[in-house]
Amino acid sequence: MGMDRRQFLKTTCATVSGVTLGALGFDLAPIAAYAASLRTLHARQTTTICPYCAVGCGILVHTIDGKVVNTEGDPDHPINEGSLCSKGMAVYQLSHNNPARITTPLYRAPYATQWKEVSWEFALDKLANLIKKARDASFEMKNAAGQVVNRTMGLASLGSAALDNEECYLYQKFLRALGLVYVEHQARI
Amino acid sequence: MTNHWIDIRNSDYILAMGSNPVKNHPISFKWIMKAIEKGATLISVDPRYTRTSRKAQVYAPLRSGSDIAFLGGMIHYLLENKLYFETYVREYTNASFLIHPDFMLPGDNQGVFSGLKGTETTEGFIDGKYDKATWAYQRDDKGNILKDKTLQDPHCVFQLLKKHFSRYNLEIVSSITGTPPDKLLAVYATYAKSGAPDKSGTVLYAMGWTQHTVGTQNIRAMSIIQLLLGNMGVAGGGVNALRGESNVQGSTDHGLLFHILPGYLKTPKAGQETFAAYNTANTPQSADPLSANWWRNYPKYSASLLREFYGQEVALEEAYRYLPKIDAGVDYSWLTIFDLLYQEKFKGFFAWGQNPACSGANCNKGRQALTKLDWLVNVNLFDNETASFWRGPGMDPKQIKTEVFMLPCAASYEKEGSLSNSGRWMQWRYKAVDPPGKALPDADIVNALFQRIRALYKAKKGVFAEPILKLRWEYGPKDAAGKVTHIDPHRVAKEINGYFLEDKVINGKLYNRGTLVPGFTSLADDGSTSCGNWLYCNSYTQEGNMSARKNKDDPSGIGLYPGWAWSWPMNRRILYNRASVDLDGKPWQPEKPVIEWHLNVWKGDVADGGWPPLASGEKSRYPFITQTEGHGHIFGPGLADGPFPEHYEPLESPMEKNLLSAQFISPVLKRFDRSTTSDVNLRASHDPRYPLVCTTYRVTEHWQTGVMTRWQPWLAELEPGMFVEISSELAAEKGIKTGEIVIVKSARGQLEAVAMVTVRWAPFTIAGKTIHQVGIPYHYGWVTTAERKYAANDKKPQVFTFGDSANIVTPNIGDANTMIPESKVFMVDVVKKA
Repeated sequence: MGMDRRQFLKTTCATVSGVTLGALGFDLAPIAAYAASLRTLHARQTTTICPYCAVGCGILVHTIDGKVVNTEGDPDHPINEGSLCSKGMAVYQLSHNNPARITTPLYRAPYATQWKEVSWEFALDKLANLIKKARDASFEMKNAAGQVVNRTMGLASLGSAALDNEECYLYQKFLRALGLVYVEHQARI
Repeated sequence: MTNHWIDIRNSDYILAMGSNPVKNHPISFKWIMKAIEKGATLISVDPRYTRTSRKAQVYAPLRSGSDIAFLGGMIHYLLENKLYFETYVREYTNASFLIHPDFMLPGDNQGVFSGLKGTETTEGFIDGKYDKATWAYQRDDKGNILKDKTLQDPHCVFQLLKKHFSRYNLEIVSSITGTPPDKLLAVYATYAKSGAPDKSGTVLYAMGWTQHTVGTQNIRAMSIIQLLLGNMGVAGGGVNALRGESNVQGSTDHGLLFHILPGYLKTPKAGQETFAAYNTANTPQSADPLSANWWRNYPKYSASLLREFYGQEVALEEAYRYLPKIDAGVDYSWLTIFDLLYQEKFKGFFAWGQNPACSGANCNKGRQALTKLDWLVNVNLFDNETASFWRGPGMDPKQIKTEVFMLPCAASYEKEGSLSNSGRWMQWRYKAVDPPGKALPDADIVNALFQRIRALYKAKKGVFAEPILKLRWEYGPKDAAGKVTHIDPHRVAKEINGYFLEDKVINGKLYNRGTLVPGFTSLADDGSTSCGNWLYCNSYTQEGNMSARKNKDDPSGIGLYPGWAWSWPMNRRILYNRASVDLDGKPWQPEKPVIEWHLNVWKGDVADGGWPPLASGEKSRYPFITQTEGHGHIFGPGLADGPFPEHYEPLESPMEKNLLSAQFISPVLKRFDRSTTSDVNLRASHDPRYPLVCTTYRVTEHWQTGVMTRWQPWLAELEPGMFVEISSELAAEKGIKTGEIVIVKSARGQLEAVAMVTVRWAPFTIAGKTIHQVGIPYHYGWVTTAERKYAANDKKPQVFTFGDSANIVTPNIGDANTMIPESKVFMVDVVKKA
């Protein structure tokens, strides 16, 4: 994103005061002064799209030192023109600002009564072995009619309309390479 | 959506039915309001007087599950009063096509269409399947469809339509729906006005239409109305699904469903032994030179997909062999997965970015099914009822064998990538911050898992390892061992768009090997191009990332914004736009033209193909280019449950019989309540124990099962828990007051809810009898409640919520075509908590 909030304000103020002040007949300096006191003053601004419903509203995310300090509707976005519903407003509480986020892989052993925090290496190594074992044990080269099917019957997947397009594509490619046919997600409900 | 959100402002008549946009798609209402400000009329049809109803000029209630009767009545009204758009119907739809003379309508055939094979019971036929031979078009010996453009032949679609819906008169419709006749007429007369050539009408629907055993036919009924009124392809028209997940459009486009590969290519079937056989089976043929028959290009898209999967090193035939195949006629969908899971047919299960322990219908069964797994992996932002199923209500962890992995992923603005909204706009979003702790983007988790699995197959013996070992995976920087260390979403987006694998000259222009394909018309069936999803070809070209564009010019004046983001296909903003013009290419609606034929080119939106208008003869093409025969389907011969919609009762109904015919419920449903697992798939229809019709809905402050909203204190505070909304009449009958805790119970389970007595519900009079309906929201779950036990290292919400999932009481029965569950209508009782 080429322009941060500060540059944006500078540019627009310069343009506005230079070009339209005379025409409009009022002074924008107090507004500029108020803007200068905003907590987003030194923030980096990125655009995002709301992760909830499929209207696809634009949202601005302001960050300082890698922390989110503000989120708000993107006034330049043609669909929402700066508006957001209550969920869209609450994306502020979706990231670091929410202490309930799961921040490390968790593992629950058979018959265990609680979660254990584990490393990615532990979780992924164990999972990869389980996937291979289940795939190898349940793979069908041919169906009951003797037709070629090359599929894995012992694994199923649900997911996910919450992923980005590129992730959806990768995920289905991964599953199909493993031979899964039981591939479903939210669109079915 | 055939159209898009901003386009709603161009509408003259807006029908919100099966949706409640004010509450569930609040920002869409901005565009409804803009239309109303310009003089449009909003019609709300809903069992409950919703916030959308409050804003509507016309409102009509109907009993949940009676939409086909309601809409069938509208079709009858339009035909009887000749309010349809005749030229459009004659030229652009299949109204003139002649159907097999042996075809029979339900009115003449015990409530079912001709060709049904099934078992006859007191409820009519069950376990049926249609032989569709009599649903076919009549053809000459060259394969051309026989037509009667005067629309008079008794076998033509138009006359069959008239005959079929003649049964849906005002009296019978009113007695089925419970809608008073004057309110039916008010809706019909108002919406009929959109049939004027210069007016448009749009329908906004959501799960209120899909979540029924007749869901597909609900939408078919409205599609027929839209075709009769000439509302497809025009600005302010269309059939518009208000989809509920930010990227459910994209995830569907990219084939995360058992029956489709990316771009709606079909999953290969057993018996399609060669790539050629697969292509032949899926490439429709049309004898009519005026039909574009777009799917004739199928082999180009399938070959390009295989190239993206396996590259040029693997022959297309070999790559095709690697793809898993499904058995014809067998269902592999969600409800079936859970039924098999319950029968211990699976070892491992991925619940990736989902919470099926709350989102699956009849979720008590679903939760039990999870205990039968060897292992489960759940990828999510927050703890949820699926990851923690083993410690949920009624579970004893010490008895549950399932090994569970909960993997933390990145939220939307903690990574970069695109998503596609309901209006098919692919929009790029940027990373603002790193994910917290050790959380990773989903793409990196997939990558890390894939790299490990591939390494295992390299190191050890395994079954049919080639598809894994040879999979192309060129999506990011690599380490010394050649493994991709991190996924670069731009690389994936480019692979989805597709590359030239050889130098090519197209229309006199040279495209070099290794450059991005400019659009899907450049894709080839000989393996010389790659493309992960043909529908997204043109989204990331040599000119750059189209989905990241932010140009707000709108030369169209109708809000197309062609330079903002990108829309599939080919940046077309309104689908079927060739139907928005007359035979000479002049817009039906000159005040809001979508396209116009001007000086031998199309102006406006990206036209559905560059061919000249129909009046120019053989160089032209019919407007509905993705239909084999080029015409809009008033008669839909491809569906599982009938070429026209017919009213059937829901699986669970308050009625003793179907007032329209001897056939009670749809005859072609997959009935889990009659299967080997019937003890957990219970049904209670017309049962005095469950006398109330129940429906489910959403609130603005929560989303889906609530995993991404219940943990947010602001939202949890605004909508703290499960309630059941009941009418003041029912409340008086039962002595229930607002705020009391009550039990909502169905044949499958029960849940606690806070009673909310409102005037938004009013009792229905159905065939002279009073029938009460109630409603419950969907979003809750036990994980974020105060009552559950929290271990020392458990995350605890700052604000607790109350209650569990509505799916504890919903039935696991699917639509005949889509297998989407009937979560919008089932039978319950509501009683005071003892």
